[in-house]
Amino acid sequence: MITDFEILETMKMFNEQHLDIRTITMGISLMDCASSSVDETCKRIYDKICRYAGNLVEVGEKISKKYGVPIIHKRISVTPISIVAASCGATDYTPFAKTLDKAAMACGVNFVGGFSALVQKGYTNSDKVLIESIPEALASTSYVCSSVNLASTRTGINMDAVRDMGRIIKKTAELTKDNDALGCAKLVVFANAPEDNPFMAGAFLGPGEPECVINVGISGPGVVKHALEEVRGRDLGTVAETIKKAAFKITRVGELVAREASERLGVPFGIIDLSLAPTPAVGDSVARLLEEFGLETCGTWGTTAALAMLNDAVKKGGTMASSFVGGLSGAFIPVSEDEGMIAAAASGSLKLEKLEAMTCVCSVGLDMIAVPGDTTAETISGIIADEMALGTFNNKTTAVRLIPVPGKGVGDSVEFGGLLGMAPIMDVNKASCADFINRGGRIPAPIHSMRN
Amino acid sequence: MKSEKNTAVISVIGKDKVGIIAKVSTLLSENNININDISQTILDDIFTMIMLVDLKDHEIENSDIKDKLNALGDELGVIITIQHTDLFDKMHRI
Repeated sequence: MITDFEILETMKMFNEQHLDIRTITMGISLMDCASSSVDETCKRIYDKICRYAGNLVEVGEKISKKYGVPIIHKRISVTPISIVAASCGATDYTPFAKTLDKAAMACGVNFVGGFSALVQKGYTNSDKVLIESIPEALASTSYVCSSVNLASTRTGINMDAVRDMGRIIKKTAELTKDNDALGCAKLVVFANAPEDNPFMAGAFLGPGEPECVINVGISGPGVVKHALEEVRGRDLGTVAETIKKAAFKITRVGELVAREASERLGVPFGIIDLSLAPTPAVGDSVARLLEEFGLETCGTWGTTAALAMLNDAVKKGGTMASSFVGGLSGAFIPVSEDEGMIAAAASGSLKLEKLEAMTCVCSVGLDMIAVPGDTTAETISGIIADEMALGTFNNKTTAVRLIPVPGKGVGDSVEFGGLLGMAPIMDVNKASCADFINRGGRIPAPIHSMRN
Repeated sequence: MKSEKNTAVISVIGKDKVGIIAKVSTLLSENNININDISQTILDDIFTMIMLVDLKDHEIENSDIKDKLNALGDELGVIITIQHTDLFDKMHRI
């Protein structure tokens, strides 16, 4: 028998602490859509997505109604288009992005991810075409997200691709400058990209994934912060224990929703991504949660230690709650999407270098960070290279989603609206790394013995 | 997901006034929903009622019971929610 206390606690989580299911993401393999013509492949892609995901939104809404659990987004992830489109011989993949966009609109989902390429060791011809198509693809669509995996612990870092992505990010910013470079908010580069991630912009369905699968991403930094408010002044062991308990409960909601969605849609359940994903709403912030540890402002000394502990405790609580945990799983630290991060960056307490350190111990990486429009492509590649090195050499996922905003500099800010939020432009070290970036080639994979 | 019991938690939170329980109970009986358990407290003038109900053949997601409860909540100036009990079992029991 559930007690009144437990019922009220649950209700508070949803009503006051912003607990929600961030996304139900349906992964759809497009492997069998490949053909020798662009038109035929696009037609197959559109038909298959609509066939599989046609009732995804309706099912999501029914589950939400049954349990009174907000489900914010319904999304689709697909096989990387560089693989699906390879046999067409096309020189521009924008039509594929437009097809994904049209299919997303027809299904009523919020995003479709998978305009992607996996180039950690090198380019296929198709990968090259895809990457060169990214700026136009993102500028001419609304729902499409793009990602490129540039590095992995097993292969090392493809520095040619790191160099090229600096240029592609700049070009994407330029083509979407009327919207404050919004295209860059839908483009992410990875080291060790997970193949089952339900979160955007990095969702795609990896080659090792099934035909169709349901992955669920949860949220809930507000719930954890609220739980920590109850143990103020207590030792850190108590803090870890409290986070684990909160993470357990959050993950169980995700598991319930995922299992039910899987059954109703007749699609296997893949994983729960137990990430603490913030939103710009007050009370839904990872930065404020870190401050609850006892930090005056996020970004000050102690932030990395607190984040490391938070990330670990979330995983420990979550893996107890669901046997199938995957995706990115951990605490997200996007700047624009987190009210506390925005405040910390605006006050000067949180700097890009500190964010880089924080990415060593949390999931993902330098996320939704606006930088001056005059930041060079080589400098962006340099930032990417550093972040790829952290992921590759520490055997973890890292990512970069930077937004060089044309015409804006430090002191300005950009407003993206909705879940993407707003971001103060952050200062970037301007000393050149161009000669390093322009060397190209590969950084070899790290050695796995002699770890220190 | 087929659970063994088709029950739900209905909660009513808001400022206390005459007839809240009566009106919610009437609405439920009109819709053939049986009340298994009910508890109520008033804390700082905030009225909190929690009901455990047997939904029988009702499916919350496919019926208009949620809309009817919401409408009654608006009329009474309180917040009424209905949630399947599986949610609470999942979150609070291993």
